[in-house]
Amino acid sequence: MGFSDADLQAIWLTLRLASLVTVLLLLIGTPIAWWLARTRSAWKGPVGALVALPLVLPPTVLGFYLLLAMGPNGPVGQLTESLGLGLLPFTFWGLVVASVFYSMPFVVQPIQNAIEALGERPLEAAATLRAGPWDRFLTVVVPLARPGFLTAAILGFAHTVGEFGVVLMIGGNIPGETRVVSVQIYDYVEAMDYGQAHWLAASLVIFSFLVLLVLYSLNHRQALR
Amino acid sequence: MKPIKTTVFALTLAAATFAAQAERVQIAVAANFTAPMKEIAEAFAQDSGHEVEAAFGSSGKFYAQIQNGAPFEILLAADAQTPAKLAEEGLALAETAFTYAKGTLVLWSKDAERIQDGPETLRAGQFRKLAIANPRLAPYGAAAMETLEHFNLVETLEPRLVKGDNIAQTYQFAATGNAELGFVALSQVYRDGALVEGSAWTVPADFHGPIQQDAILLKRGSDNAAARALLDYLKGETAREIIRRFGYTI
Amino acid sequence: MPSQRIIARFHHTYPDFSLDVDLDLPGRGVTALFGHSGSGKTTLLRLIAGLQHTPQGFLSVNGEIWQEGARLLPTHRRPLGYVFQEASLFAHLSARGNLEYGMRRVARGKAMDRAALDQAIALLGIGHLLERRPHQLSGGERQRVAIARALALQPRLLLMDEPLAALDLARKQEILPYLERLHDELEIPVLYVSHSPDEVARLADTVVMLERGRVMAQGAVGELLTRLDLRLARAHDASAILDGRVRDHDPRYRLTRIDTPAGTLRLAQIERAPGERVWLRIQARDLSLALDEPGTSSIVNILPARVLALEPLEEAQLLVKLGAGADQATPLLAHITRYSADRLGLVEGQELFAQIKAVALME
Repeated sequence: MGFSDADLQAIWLTLRLASLVTVLLLLIGTPIAWWLARTRSAWKGPVGALVALPLVLPPTVLGFYLLLAMGPNGPVGQLTESLGLGLLPFTFWGLVVASVFYSMPFVVQPIQNAIEALGERPLEAAATLRAGPWDRFLTVVVPLARPGFLTAAILGFAHTVGEFGVVLMIGGNIPGETRVVSVQIYDYVEAMDYGQAHWLAASLVIFSFLVLLVLYSLNHRQALR
Repeated sequence: MKPIKTTVFALTLAAATFAAQAERVQIAVAANFTAPMKEIAEAFAQDSGHEVEAAFGSSGKFYAQIQNGAPFEILLAADAQTPAKLAEEGLALAETAFTYAKGTLVLWSKDAERIQDGPETLRAGQFRKLAIANPRLAPYGAAAMETLEHFNLVETLEPRLVKGDNIAQTYQFAATGNAELGFVALSQVYRDGALVEGSAWTVPADFHGPIQQDAILLKRGSDNAAARALLDYLKGETAREIIRRFGYTI
Repeated sequence: MPSQRIIARFHHTYPDFSLDVDLDLPGRGVTALFGHSGSGKTTLLRLIAGLQHTPQGFLSVNGEIWQEGARLLPTHRRPLGYVFQEASLFAHLSARGNLEYGMRRVARGKAMDRAALDQAIALLGIGHLLERRPHQLSGGERQRVAIARALALQPRLLLMDEPLAALDLARKQEILPYLERLHDELEIPVLYVSHSPDEVARLADTVVMLERGRVMAQGAVGELLTRLDLRLARAHDASAILDGRVRDHDPRYRLTRIDTPAGTLRLAQIERAPGERVWLRIQARDLSLALDEPGTSSIVNILPARVLALEPLEEAQLLVKLGAGADQATPLLAHITRYSADRLGLVEGQELFAQIKAVALME
């Protein structure tokens, strides 16, 4: 036995989804983390809680609301339709949007923690050394908070790979478009095809283990320095 | 003081006696049968004094759980295969299997205007998405595919199909309007002889194989008299009336 | 020709204290911002650096305006150097990387000023540390790199926020000589925040005393630390600070003679070369007064002086401000009882002799 064509398609789709989502999350999550780490605004609490919501919400709840929001009567759906983009549910881009929401806390929180741990001082020192705001971010924050960014990227990627409930809710199980590995495994189990299920499931277990192994050894090395 | 003490004692005794007679039945029920089962359980409890503890979910998941020692005594499946498979593997008693309900497939839309003539609606193709249950997993999905085959529309409509992993999710896709049409169970859109909302076309039974939902006594429940009583109750007129009210036939 | 002054006006109320300063400081030399913690000295320094803002204010440095009303130059555009209390080196860069970080940005793509870099490295004696990472440096070494990092920018104003406060005594001793060299060799103005009178006396030319966000006094170091109207002078350890130079050593008695504006003083021998600059501190309670020159006394240092002012302390105590030296203007303080004062019949302008029981060398 081995991977079927459908499995390979699902794996490729999953990797594509997770990579794209990770890049988007770093781009979107970093300013949010930056703001959360440094603001003294009264909005810090509510925004922080909102970002963390997917940590505690069942994925089905998130998926259900995304389905409503992105549907023809939802605000997001009406927006995407008026922009000529069509509706997002049952599309690859719908999964991308959903995954960005779903994996957000896994990216924002490590970066936020790293920036908070950094404190004001290195930034102030850089400012007195003639570095402007962007310069300070790129030459001081990024290198000093690198472990945080790395953790964020790895967790964001891994969490998107492992995502299931949300995909099930808004995916519609379309091969090559929304049928990711976790859904494929679920289908095998539901169809009582345990042999195929094992192949994919075990691969996912090994993948996840390796990801966490890399993460922990990186953190360990960082701690030793 | 004394009379009160006596009363308390008497009550305790009565409760203990009742508990000895009333049994509990743990059952696994296909998700689509959730609403009727709740009513049936209530009626059964009133008539027999036995208590029903029901878990609702997909037949595939229950199969895996029963194989691995889940404490269910009866399975009310969404299909006929799962009970048969369990009986074959010695996890259920084959002779107890029977069809407790037959599903009716409908083409349904949340939009009250959309479906005037079902086959015509399908052929005209004035929609973006058609939701069906995953045909590999759900009998309603298989029936939906057979219906499309009947009209020779599989190839045309394949790109527009979105598949729910069970019939409940399929309904959700259509109910939120994300799919304009959906092949769902009549029981999902029908109550007390009328459509709850939207528009629908009932697919004639001869366009697809029967959607047969079988119940079976599991090995774990073989010694529980209450379990057997519940199976009998499901065949009785009280239960059947409830089942029909929810849009199933029997 | 713009004025060679630093003008700073800030009035702002914070939740826990209010700052209200209006300063006109010399555009060269070391000015100490002196006060207890909570006096607002660090806040003032950060406002001058632009690390903190007030909605209104005025700041000009040697003719260049850095803040006017609400318009301000962001920190990275101000030609300053800043030394924090903790070295605050970038952990991901070597000492050299830290030094070059600011220089690159000053050079803006052109060649760095190697001469300035070498000078800063030489001045702070960190040539052998350049390839090390901050975590491989001692606390004192880190602070020296941080000072060099600020100096290498060739700033037009150097701001130092208690650069020694986080260090132990030995590390302080390691860095103080470098700071003194800065004082002697730098052309640019330095603002130096400190709460240590010793440091101020050793390093500063001018002192600004701050208390609860307000300027209590401003003046030359020797004068200010002995001024009677200041709380510092009234404190239990009121003292006069003397700026001296080593004259010679007397090996027979193991004594060192030091010339000060108040006169020549003898000290138990110290390890300083003749001609070297030293700071001496004479506590008010170590001074006693005599009307006639004591002919025979075990006290080594006796200086003629004139009474400049009398300041009552508690009921039975007095603080006497004396003028010593050739012009009878170098201040000394004596802490005596009212009884003694009455017995001596002390009045302003009276000439007498100050017997100094102890002189401390300030490290």
